[in-house]
Amino acid sequence: MRNNSTKLIFLAVLAIICILLYAFYDIKGGFDYAFPKRMMRIGAMVVTGVAISYSTVVFQTITHNRILTPSVMGLDSMYQVVQTLIYFFAGSLSIWVLNKYLNFGASIIAMVLFALILYRFLFRADKHPIYLLLLIGMILGTLLGSFVTFLQVLIDPLEYLSLQSRLFASFTKVNADLLYIAIGILFIAFIYGYRIMGKLDVMSLGRENAINLGINYDRMVMNILILSSVLIATSTALVGPITFFGLIVANLSYQYLVTYKHSVLILGASLISIIALVGGQFLVEHIFELRTTLSVIINFIGGIYFIYLLLKESRSAG
Amino acid sequence: MIELKGLTKLFGKKPVVEDVSVTIESGMITSFIGPNGAGKSTLLSMVSRLLDADTGEVLLDKESVKKWKSSEFSKRVSILKQANHINVRLTVRELVSFGRYPYSKGHLTAEDEKFVDQAIEYMNLTEMQDKFLDELSGGQRQRAFIAMVIAQDTDYILLDEPLNNLDMKHSVQIMKILRKLVDELGKTVVIVLHDINFASVYSDRIVALKNGKLVKNGPTHEIINSDALREIYDMDIPIQEQNGCRICVYFNSHTEAK
Repeated sequence: MRNNSTKLIFLAVLAIICILLYAFYDIKGGFDYAFPKRMMRIGAMVVTGVAISYSTVVFQTITHNRILTPSVMGLDSMYQVVQTLIYFFAGSLSIWVLNKYLNFGASIIAMVLFALILYRFLFRADKHPIYLLLLIGMILGTLLGSFVTFLQVLIDPLEYLSLQSRLFASFTKVNADLLYIAIGILFIAFIYGYRIMGKLDVMSLGRENAINLGINYDRMVMNILILSSVLIATSTALVGPITFFGLIVANLSYQYLVTYKHSVLILGASLISIIALVGGQFLVEHIFELRTTLSVIINFIGGIYFIYLLLKESRSAG
Repeated sequence: MIELKGLTKLFGKKPVVEDVSVTIESGMITSFIGPNGAGKSTLLSMVSRLLDADTGEVLLDKESVKKWKSSEFSKRVSILKQANHINVRLTVRELVSFGRYPYSKGHLTAEDEKFVDQAIEYMNLTEMQDKFLDELSGGQRQRAFIAMVIAQDTDYILLDEPLNNLDMKHSVQIMKILRKLVDELGKTVVIVLHDINFASVYSDRIVALKNGKLVKNGPTHEIINSDALREIYDMDIPIQEQNGCRICVYFNSHTEAK
């Protein structure tokens, strides 16, 4: 246990270093201009990192797997569908695009609804093997992706350019007002999320053991699925989809902090997220000089890590 | 006292348990026996609220299990199912400590630690309490799970085939510990057993099921005789007495192919 607190302190120090570096390194021009902008980006990265970490870890606990995440299950594709449908039917000058609150709200609601319908279908017969779920998620993602592409080739190229900028995750274009709303949603979610930490530990023992120990299991699963999809939807609507990010940080946290305690696992995953996002964005801006974007790097590394996890799982299963 | 009243469970349209009413006597070991697919495990799952009954109800202290608060119920009745695969990596002691969750909600007090120590000692796990579960043999792991249930300190302990995959030595060890729990600590144990000889030697009462229906229910000596066993298993089973234990010698019995 002491070992884990040292590791957490180490992560926290690293996260703070990344934040300070990003905030103060090489500030050119007016400090008053650059500093608030940078703080805004840091805020967006911290919020997204924590939201994705929390929702991925709890999702994996209740689904008893370590490769599926809400994003991999098709939530990210759903975000693309919503945005594309808006551009296809309403156009880039419609209120659905111009009014940021409306767009933000519509995206969140659509994603949460999609997640709940998907979960309802998936968890109704609770004995689905994990690979079947994964396959369904992948196929669903591809299906939605093809549908999106189909719509995109039909719309006006100028409209498409405008749409495209929304389909890639970006921390540089985050809107301040939306960030405050997202922080508000996160705050409410965490008040509930903090209270159920102990229950999550028990639930990782599986349904039967959890019920034995007095957990109202089936209701808790529903609550947590809702919580998790609200968080992931909020972060996606805020910065755009970073599909494999949750997968990486959750699994790094399991590997680094060998424990069953969710308070430790979630804190660890959140700190790793902050390090990866803020540190990564620092590298992108100052080393790669914006020749690439963070989400590309994350999805590249994440994709490789995902394949590694799949191979590892199939070896241990076989 | 636990009462089962007219319990029925359908899987699809097929009844797996049909109109079973039994009263579980306190301070005794009650064994559920019967052929494969008789509905023993399903019945136990309904008693322990892992499964909802389609009709009928289970009463604990005259009150329906559904009306009990989940957290209060878990201080009175514990259940251990046969398949216990856990995704997380836990030490024996961590697992046993989970047994105190209904009382401590995750923050163990000194009293909780005492219960954990006792349960570990009871199951002879003291030396391996800091080992991870995946480093243990099947029998040791099974004992660790039983220790968790003992730490839970409930009046009623329900076990679903705890002897599965265990060799003779460990099976006998576990049955003796259950006997001790009943005789020394006044617990009530309900256990699903496959081997009727363990039921015969260690239990006080036997509940026999067949095709989802209750066929026999009574003290052990009334059930362990060739007539009753024929009705349950469709086999002629001679019984031999050995040091006061009735042993069913079923290994070369004549069976009717169905």
